[in-house]
Amino acid sequence: MATISNSFPSTRPRRFREYIFKAMSLGALVFVIGPSIWLIADVVVRAVPHWRWSVLTSVPLGVGGGLENAILGTLVIMVGVLLIAGTIGVLTGIHFAELQRPRRNGKAGGDFLRTATEVMAGFPSIVLGYVGYIALCVGLHWGFSLLPALIVLSIMVTPYIAKSTESALRQVPTNYREGAEALGMATGYALRKVVIKSALPGIVTGLLIALAIAVGETAPLLYTAGITNNLPSASLIHQPIAYLTYYVWTDYNQPIKATQYLSFDAALILIVLVLVLLVSSRLLVNRTQRYTEGRR
Amino acid sequence: MTLPQLGDPTRRPSGLRRVGSLVRGSEENLWRWGARVASLIPLVGLVFVLTVLAVKAWPAIKVNGPGFLSRTSWIPGSTYAAPVRTNGVLHPVGSSYGAWPLIAGTLQTSVIALIVALPIALGTAFALTERLPRWLSRPVSFFVEILAGIPSVIIGLWGVLTLGPFLAHHVYPFVANNMPDVPILRYFKGNVGYGEGLLTSGLVLGLMIVPIIASTARDLFMQVPLLPKEGAEALGMTESEVARWVTIPWVRSGIIGATVLGLGRALGEPIAVAMITGSILGTVSPNVYGTMTTIAATIVSQLDSAATDGTGFAISTLAEAGLVLAVISVIVNVLARVIVNRTSRHVAPVGRG
Repeated sequence: MATISNSFPSTRPRRFREYIFKAMSLGALVFVIGPSIWLIADVVVRAVPHWRWSVLTSVPLGVGGGLENAILGTLVIMVGVLLIAGTIGVLTGIHFAELQRPRRNGKAGGDFLRTATEVMAGFPSIVLGYVGYIALCVGLHWGFSLLPALIVLSIMVTPYIAKSTESALRQVPTNYREGAEALGMATGYALRKVVIKSALPGIVTGLLIALAIAVGETAPLLYTAGITNNLPSASLIHQPIAYLTYYVWTDYNQPIKATQYLSFDAALILIVLVLVLLVSSRLLVNRTQRYTEGRR
Repeated sequence: MTLPQLGDPTRRPSGLRRVGSLVRGSEENLWRWGARVASLIPLVGLVFVLTVLAVKAWPAIKVNGPGFLSRTSWIPGSTYAAPVRTNGVLHPVGSSYGAWPLIAGTLQTSVIALIVALPIALGTAFALTERLPRWLSRPVSFFVEILAGIPSVIIGLWGVLTLGPFLAHHVYPFVANNMPDVPILRYFKGNVGYGEGLLTSGLVLGLMIVPIIASTARDLFMQVPLLPKEGAEALGMTESEVARWVTIPWVRSGIIGATVLGLGRALGEPIAVAMITGSILGTVSPNVYGTMTTIAATIVSQLDSAATDGTGFAISTLAEAGLVLAVISVIVNVLARVIVNRTSRHVAPVGRG
């Protein structure tokens, strides 16, 4: 008995360490949840007491005014990103998951493309914005306008969409593919009617998350979209377009209270918009988890 | 994981007409070529961005020389006097750019962010997978993900208006007065300023990357099979020992990969840092409270005024700074990719400023 109890570390420090571990684990949770709630509450407290519904229906004036131009501009940018990045990202994801042929040595090919996509997913946004400004706004004489902003944002969020599309497609049960093959479907037809159809909720989730990211971006837009008090126009180039994050970024330290309030209002609208996008993406995930195999 | 692929030629019965093919294989070719072209776009974009940066930075590289990485001055020069030529490049008289404060600030804030974020993220992931009941853990982990999606401009707003002043009034003075005067901890002494400095930026960046690491770590922990953990407990290990000796080693590469991804995010964040530090150029902070700037924050706050330099030299210098950041970021991301052999399936909504 003596030898055993000597060769083991004694119980009390181990039990003590266990308490410390559990306390720190829950403490860490508090350190994440606490500041997050503080952050959201802070924006709400700053914005709500001065909230006017006319913010939604008027454009910024010299002093005060509203954010209609920025709200509509952000929505236009969302639609544009959905079209450009959505198409490219979903097709890229399909390429990685379905169509890419394995290499001779049996490994999944396309490592180079995949690495490039992942590097793009972590590329500094301001550098993308800078290049958009230099190459598109100045180089191609497009000026501050919608198209360069859309291109830069799309390049930014495409990797997210590609990754979520790929993982959604990989969760489609193999039986479905085999069944489609056994029924004699043409490959493209089977891809569209069976594989993509059953992966659709996952793909849409990725699109919603990408939109939430695009809505919250400032740095890529500052020097590509410009800013204007006008409502969005139909022209893709030569006309600047307003967006919500700009007002948070510039107006919070202006000397006039009414202008500061505009900044807080923009922050509140942004948070609501992002929450709506993320919550709906989660609801979609919960719905689909019932029908796919292999997740959790 | 490689699934059997659609249209695998070895599995296709020959000579049969297939459902849904008006012209044989036409739709397949459409998908195939569309997907092939689309998947090239991120690569083309990356090459394009790096090329534009390099071309634009080249004049600045010629004038600034290797000293750009070590100098601490950031002097645009006189825009009134006639510009002069160095190495064939036109630039304003007296301009002298050095990016050391930017590089130092970038590394300092990112290291602080990592030191803060890694233990908190791992603790959170453990709390979510092991400690909380399931009905609580699901909404809480969703909340953590939402945090990842909050726009950085809003986190910056909170950091500069609320968190910074709060820390400067209630926390930093206490820390600064009670810190012993020994190496490393000495940086915590001195003037605490107004909360618009290095430590506040680092803490806010830490808060921004916690969700990235935490949600990946949570996914990874859930992938650890139950049997080894039960075995370890049967051997008499406590929960913390199971975590230390079984769970974390099991998914170590994934956690390192997520951490490096978080690091990449912290290195490249422009908006929150620019709002919090006020982008003081040309200084390396003497203690952890001092004002400073990072590469990304400098680009975002200086591009406006750089455009007033008629010779274009200031713009070019910013491209050089951007190139430094891009190279660091590409290295970090490729490193993460090399390390992570098991990536998380989960896509967290991670904005980048």
